[in-house]
Amino acid sequence: MAQENNNKQIQAKKKHKITKIDVQSFLLRGRAFIALILVTVVFSLLSPSFLTGTNLVIMSKHVAINALVAIGMTFVILTAGIDLSVGSVVGMVAMMAGGLINEGIIIPRLGIIIYPHTWMIMVLSLILGTLAGALVGYIISRFNVAPFIATLGMFYVARGIAGLRNNGYTFPNLVGSAEYGNTGFEILGAGTFLGVNYSIWLMVILTLAAHIITKRTPFGRHIYAIGGNEHAAELSGVRVSRTKIIVYSISGFCSAFVGLIVASQLVASHPLIGDTYELNAIAAVVLGGTSLAGGRGSMGGTLIGAFVIGVLNDGLVMMGVSSFWQKVIKGAVIVFAVIIDQVQARMQERIAVQQQEELD
Amino acid sequence: MSDLSTNLTVKTDISNNIILTAENITHVYPGTVALDDVSFSVRNGKVNVLIGENGAGKSTLMKILVGVQQPTRGKILLDGHEIKPRSPIEATRLGIGIVFQELNLCDNLSVVDNIFLAREKTRRGGLISRRTQRKLASELLNKLEQKIDPDELLGNLRIGEKQIVEIAKALSQNVRILIMDEPTSALSADEVDVLFRVIRDLKSSGVAIIYISHKLEELTEIGDYVTILRDGQKVAEEEIENVNVTWMIENMVGRNPATLFTHKERELGDVLLRAENLTLPRAGGGYLLDHVSFELYEGEVLGFYGLMGAGRSDLVECLAGARPQATGNIWLEGQPVNTETISDRIQSGFVLVPEDRQRDSIVPTLSVQDNMLLASLKKYLRGGFLAAAKERAATNSQIKDLSIRVANSHQPITALSGGNQQKVVVAKGMLTQPKVLLLDEPTRGIDVGAKSEISEIINRLAEEKYGVIFVSSELKEILAMSDRILVMSKGKITGEFSHQEANEEKLVAASAIGHGSLNGGNHHGSGK
Repeated sequence: MAQENNNKQIQAKKKHKITKIDVQSFLLRGRAFIALILVTVVFSLLSPSFLTGTNLVIMSKHVAINALVAIGMTFVILTAGIDLSVGSVVGMVAMMAGGLINEGIIIPRLGIIIYPHTWMIMVLSLILGTLAGALVGYIISRFNVAPFIATLGMFYVARGIAGLRNNGYTFPNLVGSAEYGNTGFEILGAGTFLGVNYSIWLMVILTLAAHIITKRTPFGRHIYAIGGNEHAAELSGVRVSRTKIIVYSISGFCSAFVGLIVASQLVASHPLIGDTYELNAIAAVVLGGTSLAGGRGSMGGTLIGAFVIGVLNDGLVMMGVSSFWQKVIKGAVIVFAVIIDQVQARMQERIAVQQQEELD
Repeated sequence: MSDLSTNLTVKTDISNNIILTAENITHVYPGTVALDDVSFSVRNGKVNVLIGENGAGKSTLMKILVGVQQPTRGKILLDGHEIKPRSPIEATRLGIGIVFQELNLCDNLSVVDNIFLAREKTRRGGLISRRTQRKLASELLNKLEQKIDPDELLGNLRIGEKQIVEIAKALSQNVRILIMDEPTSALSADEVDVLFRVIRDLKSSGVAIIYISHKLEELTEIGDYVTILRDGQKVAEEEIENVNVTWMIENMVGRNPATLFTHKERELGDVLLRAENLTLPRAGGGYLLDHVSFELYEGEVLGFYGLMGAGRSDLVECLAGARPQATGNIWLEGQPVNTETISDRIQSGFVLVPEDRQRDSIVPTLSVQDNMLLASLKKYLRGGFLAAAKERAATNSQIKDLSIRVANSHQPITALSGGNQQKVVVAKGMLTQPKVLLLDEPTRGIDVGAKSEISEIINRLAEEKYGVIFVSSELKEILAMSDRILVMSKGKITGEFSHQEANEEKLVAASAIGHGSLNGGNHHGSGK
């Protein structure tokens, strides 16, 4: 009888422990969302104008820039890679697009200047960014160069090209002219649909597309497999090199889009556009629960991560916190996010072991 | 100390010379009792064998002894005094060392550096004394009769050689109690002989060995006492000389082992696969595969036996398309196979179950289902997207077919036992609808029950007219399973035996051809 009671107690204890772990793992998995709610609540309390419609739209516009880069970055990080070149590609594409609008394509031999249509300029810019990514992916997979190094190289090269394009000067006033048929570039940055900026729509659409690609296509599954165990993926017939090249191309494509959006919003191209975007993007990805070791994470998480960083940025500015303190806080948040990443990995390991023991 | 031990010898035989006792150990994980009131005694100068199926609690007990985990209840006595090791380092200080089954070595360091990792021999001033370390390492490796260069990078060694290094590392710590968790799972027959000689040396110098293994035959050779765990409880403890393999299996599994490996006479079909002059050059000159030719018939289980480095794994990897440098001709169902890449070979009907499950087979971050479907994702598309219903149907059919024990197919693969993980890997291969299965040591490191199930699966596949190439280092298993056995040595086929004519002596003799002497211990993958 006493033993029976004892057993019951042990069982009750077990149940209690499982719930505790469930709660912990729920908190860890939903940590980005919880952080988002937390920072939003804090800033709303501290500043009454924070949670207004206008402010939310402005903030979302800022977030969209980072989120678009971070979506490309998530593809890369899921394969256990990293892309340091995104910010420089943003700058390079912005300068190239600006040059195409203001100067056109000069063909010296024939003595003619071709002014492509605005649509054409956008397509060319997106192709340029994609090719920059594809080149990096090719170098990484073909020559077995560490992603950190290959993308560090592109980080310098692309930024250098951005400066070279106009000797370090800005391309101002990117409105084109009616007689060349290249007007309307500024609409990408300023235009709205249903009162919401195009860049925000783009963020939503690309996040959804990226989510579907990663979760519901063989290509997406291959990305996760490569990040989890490249050997096993290769031996299962996954074309690892090809997948990696595509992944870095996607990252380049997203960066190119951001380059266009920023240049359009500013109606100008500056060679330093996109500076440190790579760091904001990595921070968003990690904050969103994607493991830097690869194989774990999601696009939805990245979007939330980008919002956390955006809310933090704009909130601190509205609060009048000095830009130096902003940097300190952002740095701390990034490191904290990686610590959480490690805690989660250990936690998942522990849960897996426990499940195994239960099963056996 | 010596007085104490002489006093103890007057006690009964089974309790004498006890150096370490685990008393009434209970270990509770949330939701499960991994160890239930288990007592385990370790005798000085003896090989104390611990066996049980995966999940029986062996690993948990060992983790408790070396301080990785702490018991929920119960205590550990060393020389009669209670100890509470909190970490492996503390356990080593107390004289308890362990050779892990999952190798705990750094691929990027040399053999010497691995052996002395965290216990570097230093000169005055704190600099590492390379000469001393190399000398000691050479001595250890010589004792293990291995021609492993102490300066070689660990990553360049075969898995069996790594295991030898792991053993050398444990030996270098001068422990009084040495735990060996499946030390022979990656070793060839000759290397096992060497290891057993070393174990006997250790015994005579008074070291207590705790020996865990799934290879029951070898236990009767090396063991002194055996303790059997089943479902977290101790079911038997006996002197080895009083027991046999059948008794051990009965206690481990709780059923009659007569049906473990069965061979059924089968009708073979036409030639399914013909390989001619398969050749794989070795980086430093010579051949890993030296003009290998053979045929495989429909419905045939073709065993490949050989020592480590004989070229068996290289052969199946060539067939799977994992070795682009390979040359030679392959015909499948009479058609030449010209494709190069792994994915093309999978399309043609080859599928590989690799030797190293952790490294090459499973993606630890993915679920059971995602692992299982990885090689055949194109089959579950609807309008270009993966259809959950199709995925689930494929997964469930395989779980049922191969009787994979899994509560929920969305569990991480790492939550399964080794045997079930291996079944998932086999299922992954089956879903590609292969014609030729290339199984490289499919039963390594899995428990008796799962081994028997894998062998049943192989038998069934052969009956269904698949061609099965079955690489194994376990003589009993390969003899029982194969319709025909090819023996390899130094990249060449050195013997061919039908099921009827094959026996252990013939296989061992053929596997040593080209190695000079039959008894030499230098058959590791040389020239790495």
